[in-house]
Amino acid sequence: MILRALDRRSWIFLGLLFIVVVAVPVANLALEPGSAGHLPSFAVSLFGKYLCYALLAVALDLVWGYCGILSLGHGAFFALGGYAMGMHLMREIGPRGVYGDPVLPDFMVFLNWDALPWFWYGFDMFWFALAMTMIVPGLLAFVFGWLAFRSRVTGVYLSIITQALTYALMLAFFRNEMGFGGNNGLTDFKDVLGFDLQSDATRAGLFVLSGLALAAGFILCRVIVTSKAGKVLVAVRDAESRTRFLGYRVESYKLFVFTVSAMLAGLAGALYTPQVGIINPSEFSPANSIEIVIMVALGGRGTLVGAALGAIVVGAANTLLTGWFPDFWLFVLGGLFVAVTLFMPRGILGVLDRRGPMRGGAPVGLRRKEA
Amino acid sequence: MSPSFSGRATSALLYIDGVSKTFDGFRAINSLSFIVDPGELHAVIGPNGAGKTTMMDIITGKTRPDAGTVLWDGRVDLTHVDEAGSARLGIGRKFQKPTVFETHTVEDNLLLALNADRGVFATLMARLTSAQATRIDELLALVRLEDRRHDLAGGLSHGQKQWLEIGMLLAQDPKLLLVDEPAAGMTDEETMRTAQLLRAIAGDHAVVVVEHDMEFVKALDCRVTVLHQGTVLADGSLAHVSAVPEVIDVYLGR
Repeated sequence: MILRALDRRSWIFLGLLFIVVVAVPVANLALEPGSAGHLPSFAVSLFGKYLCYALLAVALDLVWGYCGILSLGHGAFFALGGYAMGMHLMREIGPRGVYGDPVLPDFMVFLNWDALPWFWYGFDMFWFALAMTMIVPGLLAFVFGWLAFRSRVTGVYLSIITQALTYALMLAFFRNEMGFGGNNGLTDFKDVLGFDLQSDATRAGLFVLSGLALAAGFILCRVIVTSKAGKVLVAVRDAESRTRFLGYRVESYKLFVFTVSAMLAGLAGALYTPQVGIINPSEFSPANSIEIVIMVALGGRGTLVGAALGAIVVGAANTLLTGWFPDFWLFVLGGLFVAVTLFMPRGILGVLDRRGPMRGGAPVGLRRKEA
Repeated sequence: MSPSFSGRATSALLYIDGVSKTFDGFRAINSLSFIVDPGELHAVIGPNGAGKTTMMDIITGKTRPDAGTVLWDGRVDLTHVDEAGSARLGIGRKFQKPTVFETHTVEDNLLLALNADRGVFATLMARLTSAQATRIDELLALVRLEDRRHDLAGGLSHGQKQWLEIGMLLAQDPKLLLVDEPAAGMTDEETMRTAQLLRAIAGDHAVVVVEHDMEFVKALDCRVTVLHQGTVLADGSLAHVSAVPEVIDVYLGR
């Protein structure tokens, strides 16, 4: 089933990913600092961050590229996964916090809380927190999708309410009373499963895990899109009402794929938090979600590989440009989106791929509108 | 209404009685009554706005009528069934404008239409069975698209798309096919071939054809119902309805 799902391009992608996952830790750990080819530790975490974005972009491509659901709120699922992992990392700090409280994180002591809120229970256990990084976004997506898809909210209206969803969550998480550290979010993490988060070996380990998660998420999405269910998703994207008249419950397919996508986004967020060292409400900001859309559009919608590629290109451009011209990044991002829409409707992969007309599951750019 | 009409509720495949539907004060359907028997070929004609499309929307669960009875197979109340539900009961619908899945191959279009479990989990795990492969071959031959099987449906000509969509309808193996202006935009030769095809299909399946083209209706050689302002004006053979003075007034003209 898995082998059947992987085409030549998938193997090239997984091969390149494998090389990166091996080479980056080796260049960081095995080569002496100062020697040629040595990679500084900050770069390992930076590249790990790109891999998390790539997984997030692949998740978005599954719903947007294949099922036509343009979610402008996928950052919310990513951030929720990040928060769930952050909660575990906070509890791992234990009595080593500034206030030395054995149970309460510093920000709760600062707010004069005397007990842990109920929703923080269980996060001291790693397995529980890890499960929550996917269950919480998955559940939110399920409930949200159930209401939206059943009411047949589609197109731009759906995009707008997903955007509202992430914005509402951002405002909520900014509030101290929510119990997630308010404006500052969660930070000052020490270790995970006993491994020091500042050590090079742990950073390399997190990088490798991010690469593996990306590979696993990619393969899962390939299995879905190459199955008959994947053909139904494309059918929904191209002619939703026709698909209904063939007897498919369109809302069930949308709900399934939206939930899977949110869970993958949550996993990406869970790997992102320990590598960046902080998670705060700005991760919910609508601009982040739009950036993910641009990543997918740039790489090529409905290709999965393109989404990952686009994420890495946009991530790297963000790092470089915010270093060189900090004020211009948003203009560059906006310009990029306009340019891609006008000149490269099928993205980077569309330009690379000259094998002719698109196949089922190909980008939406050239499709005809349904009557 | 003839006294025997209500007695037909259980023997008919599709039984519509006293159905009305108003959109913003406009009576699209006005106490319409209509019966389709199993295996019957039946043409519906009428000027624009006669309520033909609304009638199809009501049968397929897209629109809910304000009043009246819509009964399927003498037992299922179609006013409480959605589009997917009506398809699962065995009602196939072809739209006026051909709607096929343009970025799927011709073959995949038929595969998606084939009668099989429509659930998410079932389709995730689905494998093409040899019976399905054979059926696809048969259908490709029937709609004369064998040499286009691996091409994207978006690249077909208008007439070929119409045929592919008819093939998809047959793949569903419905008890009733609702066909909305199949000959629209077809060449004369394609039109005649389509009429032949529909006549061949009828018998195994009931077929209701909505059509404007009188040549085409003549070629179908079947019972004709004339709709006007949401209600039945005349019913019978084409020769019979053509002779009804009201029909001549509102539709056929002079």
